Amino acid sequence: MSQSAPNLGSRNGSENVVEQSLYEARKKIHIRAVTGLFSNWRWAFVWLTQLVFYGLCWLPWNGRQAVLFDLVERKFYIFGLIFWPQDIIYLAVLLIISAYSLFLFTAIGGRLFCGYACPQTVYSEIFIWIERKIEGERNARMKLDRQAMNPRKFALKFAKHSIWLVFALWTGFTFVGYFTPIKMLATEVLEFSLGPWEVFWLLFYGFATYGNAGYMREQVCKYMCPYARFQGVMFDPDTLIVTYDEERGEPRGSRSKKLDHKSAGKGDCIDCGICVQVCPTGIDIRQGLQYECIGCSACIDGCDQVMDKMNYPRGLIRYSTEHAMQEKWGRKEILAHLVRPRVIVYGLLLAVIIIAAAYGIATRTPFKVDVIRDRNSLSREDENGMIENSFRLRIMNVSEASRTYAVSVSGMDRVDILHQPSIQIEVPAMKAETISLEVYAPPESGMPGANRIYFNVKAVDDEKIAVHEKASFIMPQSARY
Amino acid sequence: MSDFVSGFWSTYISVLVLVSVIGCGVFLWTQGNAKFAPGEKTHHVWDETLEEYSNPLPNWWRWMFYITVVFSLGYLAVYPGLGSYVGQFSWSSHGQYDKEIADAKAKYDPIYDAFKKQDIRMVAADPKAREMGRSLFLTYCAQCHGSNAKGARGYPNLTDNDWLWGGEPVQIKTSIMEGRIGVMPPYGGNPDAVGGPTGAKEVANYVRSLSGLPNDSILAAKGMEKFKLVCSVCHGLEGKGNPALGAPNLTDKVWLFSSREDAIIDIITKGRTMQMPAHKDFLGEAKAHILAAYVYGLGGGVSAAPAAPATTNATINATTATVNANQ
Repeated sequence: MSQSAPNLGSRNGSENVVEQSLYEARKKIHIRAVTGLFSNWRWAFVWLTQLVFYGLCWLPWNGRQAVLFDLVERKFYIFGLIFWPQDIIYLAVLLIISAYSLFLFTAIGGRLFCGYACPQTVYSEIFIWIERKIEGERNARMKLDRQAMNPRKFALKFAKHSIWLVFALWTGFTFVGYFTPIKMLATEVLEFSLGPWEVFWLLFYGFATYGNAGYMREQVCKYMCPYARFQGVMFDPDTLIVTYDEERGEPRGSRSKKLDHKSAGKGDCIDCGICVQVCPTGIDIRQGLQYECIGCSACIDGCDQVMDKMNYPRGLIRYSTEHAMQEKWGRKEILAHLVRPRVIVYGLLLAVIIIAAAYGIATRTPFKVDVIRDRNSLSREDENGMIENSFRLRIMNVSEASRTYAVSVSGMDRVDILHQPSIQIEVPAMKAETISLEVYAPPESGMPGANRIYFNVKAVDDEKIAVHEKASFIMPQSARY
Repeated sequence: MSDFVSGFWSTYISVLVLVSVIGCGVFLWTQGNAKFAPGEKTHHVWDETLEEYSNPLPNWWRWMFYITVVFSLGYLAVYPGLGSYVGQFSWSSHGQYDKEIADAKAKYDPIYDAFKKQDIRMVAADPKAREMGRSLFLTYCAQCHGSNAKGARGYPNLTDNDWLWGGEPVQIKTSIMEGRIGVMPPYGGNPDAVGGPTGAKEVANYVRSLSGLPNDSILAAKGMEKFKLVCSVCHGLEGKGNPALGAPNLTDKVWLFSSREDAIIDIITKGRTMQMPAHKDFLGEAKAHILAAYVYGLGGGVSAAPAAPATTNATINATTATVNANQ
């Protein structure tokens, strides 16, 4: 099982050049099952991510779905929090946190995300598991694929694709269930009364899962995914990567278990090819770090089992760094070198952003105020010589209870709303109300032009729920007529 | 695509597009057996030493290129793209806009039309129509008259009971539908009859005396004769205005611009032309009907609201004697 890595061909010199087709026909990779520490970690992430994904949408909260993104009403529910489109900053913050986490984890441990938590990896893992349960282990699958179509092969393939499709459609259904309440969606599915966009997204997401996890697999990582490529530039010589210990392994070759291979001039690698057979992208890790490597560590688990059988020490393939291989560092030195300026800066930035976002969400007021000035009628003068400005106040109650708010103005001497100290407005739960207000001030309390005033909006039942919103009060030019 | 200066450009673009698309397809086809030598470099060098090797293309990418060619030919057949050819679907952005407008009309017109048949006074009392009217007012009228309809300098207050062109429901609706143009000619049309700048000052003092503002009584007395001779043609002998011409009542405390003497002199000498644009073609009768009812219902409409609040409204917001007093 040799892999095609033409980009490496030149290392052997380009004297005897063999031309090959410009178009690389995809060779189907039959992945050998593997168990071990890192495989367990991956399955832990499969369970964690998928329990959250398939389960969270069924969780009730306050008589509604706990996590629901209502695109029509533009309300986004996440447990007790309700986000409005005005809260888009939190989405930006979430994306920034995700990006910095990716930077940090990649700087420390290479493509950890790719290898353990990426949906492409997770769904491929699940689909391959189903494939293995139905068609058998690697050799059985390869044999089956070589056969001409026959009733048994048809039955196996039919069973596999049926289960894949059911699983994929359930995935699509779950995805749509975050945008349409999932219990309603279930009823709609049973009654064949889905809306056109629900049908589209259910099928689109379902078939994307089926196609990517069932067929495309490593092609997604190699040719479609941008993150795969840009994580490579975040590596440095102290980044932990899946490494084959060439010095220890070479010269490779098969041998009897009883042979004292060291005195026979052989390295620890028995050239069994397990590391290649378990690789989801079909590369040979013994050729060094390659862009196709998604850092899944399946080859580490595979090799460790072989080393155990041979009674050799584990770790012929292991997590190590470029520096460690050069300097022959042990575990302690590798860990010591993980803490470096890049990691500290990423870590600090991440911590600051997370704390700021958490503080912002914890202290955010459950209502919003927009002050809209009349654009053309800047100011008027009433018969008592008071200057009047018109405003519209839009109060959005983002909590799930009806509230009454008291509105007052400040910032100028003797400024008031409709000659009253404050006015009250009741806003139903999750609704926005717009009111027109006339604000009065005597001409001597401000300069001609814009004067800064503040609208103070407070919930009547809780003084702490308050918003202090800036606005401009326009005083006319005195000589104007 | 009717904006080409000649048919040549339409042909030019069509040929260019088709040759490019089909050319790409033919090129792909001729490259079907292309070979490359592994290890060959592309001769692109970055950062002094970074070189790129030639690598094979995944075969399925080639099929995506073919799909792109087929898709683009299909797209060009049904949508505009080839010069002035409009495509089988005859789609245009203007057509889509028209369709959306037609859909909206089909949806909302019945709601507006139901009110169109009712008397404006009845519509003004309907809470649903008032809400619709408020929303229409904020969209189409608030730019000049303000969100609370109290107007601004030069734009009348619609909540008081002072009406330039009459406050009957039908008159309000006509103002919205047909628009209004109010013309005050310089010196009432004849500088000699008023007596030039000196006469203008006298008339201004008389006008101020009409609404009880401080004035020079000698000048005002002289101004009165001139007013009766020239200004009364439009403003009436008593200065109470004429809704048929849009001539303002000069005896109340409502001033569209200012009550200051120099401001009045300025208007007499230079004149003013004020316009309310016609909304008949823009809004249609049904919306104008609801807007007229909303404006009428604001409280200033003639014989609509009780007298007491109407008077209060009339006195608020107008530029009055206190302006001068403050200065």
